Amino acid sequence: MTTSTTPPQSFSRSDIDPYSLDNLLDRSRVQREVRETAPIVYLNEYGVYATGRYDTIREVFADWPHYQVGAGVGLANFHTEKPWRPPATPTETDPPEHDAPRRVLTEVLGMRALRRLREQWTEEAEEVVDRLLAAGEDIDAMADLASAFPLKVFPDAVGLPAENRNNLLAYGDLVFNAFGPQNEHFHSGAARLTELSQWVTTLCQRESLSPDGFGAKIWEASDRGELTADQAPLVVRSLLSAGIDTTVHGIAAILHAFATNPDEWQRLRSEPQLARRAFDEAVRWASPLQFVFHTTSKRVELEGVELDQHSKVMLLIGAGNRDPRRWDDGDEFTLTRDPSGHLGFGMGLHQCVGQHVARLEAEALLTVLIDKVSHIELAGTPQRGVNNTLQTWKTLPIRLTT
Amino acid sequence: MRTTLGGGAETMSPNGFGQAAALRVEAREQVAENIISLTLADPSGNRLPPWTPGSHIDLILPNGMARQYSLCGNRWDTYHYRIAVLREPNGRGGSEWIHANVDEGDILGYGGPRNHFPMVPAEQYVFIAGGIGITPLISMIEQAVRTGRSWRLLFGGRSRQSMAFLEELERYTEHVHIAPQDEVGLLDLDDWIPGLDPGTKVYCCGPTGLLDVVESACRKCPPYTLHTERFEAPAHESSQDRSFILKLQRSGIELEVEPGTSTLDALSGAGIGIISSCRQGTCGTCEVPVVDGIPDHRDSVLDEVDRQAGDCMIACVSRAHTPQLTLDL
Repeated sequence: MTTSTTPPQSFSRSDIDPYSLDNLLDRSRVQREVRETAPIVYLNEYGVYATGRYDTIREVFADWPHYQVGAGVGLANFHTEKPWRPPATPTETDPPEHDAPRRVLTEVLGMRALRRLREQWTEEAEEVVDRLLAAGEDIDAMADLASAFPLKVFPDAVGLPAENRNNLLAYGDLVFNAFGPQNEHFHSGAARLTELSQWVTTLCQRESLSPDGFGAKIWEASDRGELTADQAPLVVRSLLSAGIDTTVHGIAAILHAFATNPDEWQRLRSEPQLARRAFDEAVRWASPLQFVFHTTSKRVELEGVELDQHSKVMLLIGAGNRDPRRWDDGDEFTLTRDPSGHLGFGMGLHQCVGQHVARLEAEALLTVLIDKVSHIELAGTPQRGVNNTLQTWKTLPIRLTT
Repeated sequence: MRTTLGGGAETMSPNGFGQAAALRVEAREQVAENIISLTLADPSGNRLPPWTPGSHIDLILPNGMARQYSLCGNRWDTYHYRIAVLREPNGRGGSEWIHANVDEGDILGYGGPRNHFPMVPAEQYVFIAGGIGITPLISMIEQAVRTGRSWRLLFGGRSRQSMAFLEELERYTEHVHIAPQDEVGLLDLDDWIPGLDPGTKVYCCGPTGLLDVVESACRKCPPYTLHTERFEAPAHESSQDRSFILKLQRSGIELEVEPGTSTLDALSGAGIGIISSCRQGTCGTCEVPVVDGIPDHRDSVLDEVDRQAGDCMIACVSRAHTPQLTLDL
């Protein structure tokens, strides 16, 4: 842990542990305590600063020269600790190294590529939903829908082989656990670390990727010299690390939102054009990515607090996305709200480059469900999953009525 | 700071600007004979969208002309853009207008930044500039220095007096070859192009004649060695912050988008809530489908093919070239 951040006594401190099991199962206590104590809070347990205020989080995101990602977007500070894998590209690179990988990904995941996928994904969604409805009303929305659909369409779009796709979830779980401390949650997945890392490294090679997918397009960019040959597999890896679990849990979040807000489902059915808004509202409300870290590049003042060079700042996205200073009734999921400007996809220079892909996946699925499902309700008590960074469901029993 | 559906007047962007994008001229400096530089900032003091070396912005002049200028300032200064403008008496009038009329304190519309001349990773760089073509290269040089890549610059111009940024380049004497035509004649590329080490990228910007010569000199180099930027008049060079009519095909609504109001806010005012995020034309969240009319694209996200297709636009910053625009909403 970093020791360079020793604040003066006058400072707001907290003993709360955002990574304790209780707080991972229910994030509300951490969100509230960090957000309401002060704009900036020093977390004694980990020796890092934290903020849960909407405006402060935005300021850190926007001020990319002062708050960098190159020292890791997790708790580990790469200025003093060696990363467990080569840093993610472009997620954990700052300008100028950030430029080329970001540009290539932006292009590969651009509007035209997505327009081509829209129809195809709606058909795929229809197949998945029809199959489910034929099998019966009660499903585990986590496994049968939220995982099943993205795990089919996204790896296809990347151009991955059909085998072992469930490994992608295990890998993603591991990656996002590793952004937290090396606690039991990290260790529970770490047994497969070497195996899964090797598997993913192999997948990122040109030979593993079908010729027409996002992955191949990234390699083609490196043929044209737009990326180095070393960068290409890391950029492909970023698709696999950041493009699966987050979407899976985003889709689970919206299914949970409708199962627990039946009026909103009826409203969406009568106003299907709200599908995009619904997904963004779910991402705001549930914030699948709960925490992300930036690191100061030099001594800098934030909210009246002097932060030393190379201080880690933990951004509690889930807290900012419900900050009452920004959102009326932020704890409510409602289609009345305009969730524009939520922090669920980050903001600014490093804002999620795949956000439009996630929206398209969710929109395809919602469009089909709107057509075929009149009621969504809980069919049992959902069980939270445990992950250091992501807010997840382990099981989400719901009943779909046609 | 709260956004409510349908509350057009109350709708405020999280970063505080609800109007169509504009820049304020903070400083005007003469940087060479016939070249001025303009330092530009957001009129409300907000940060500007980030950019990368090789990026340009469209400046939208009050007379309706839209002109592209490379950014040549410090990208780590997130509050300012800097451009350099050569007065071209035989040009199409944009630079003449700027030289004659633009003063500190003026507000100009803008679009972008966009980058059609991106710097790709390389082991070393050869930069070749002709005259005002130095502008995109100046920030590339900065980047090469920062990343510790070796680089050389060949910079030609009519005379020293007509060449911008010579002072900035002074500290790099051993990397820079200044070649004013009145002293040494036309640029001699023989020492620069043949026998380039593999892994070298050549970036060239300047008059068409120079680009043609460099292109033919690079013909024997490995593919993708040479990167050039040719400024060509865009298909729709006029662009204004005038009002236009927005027709919403599916909801049957018609509304007027006033100058100074963004398309996004006009839609929101009419009860059509479009999800947005950056409000600076950089993230693409508020893309809307266009079915008729020609969008005046001012975003940083759509690529050239999408822009030409004209079937979508980014509502937070873009406007219309035609008096009417029909959206599939």
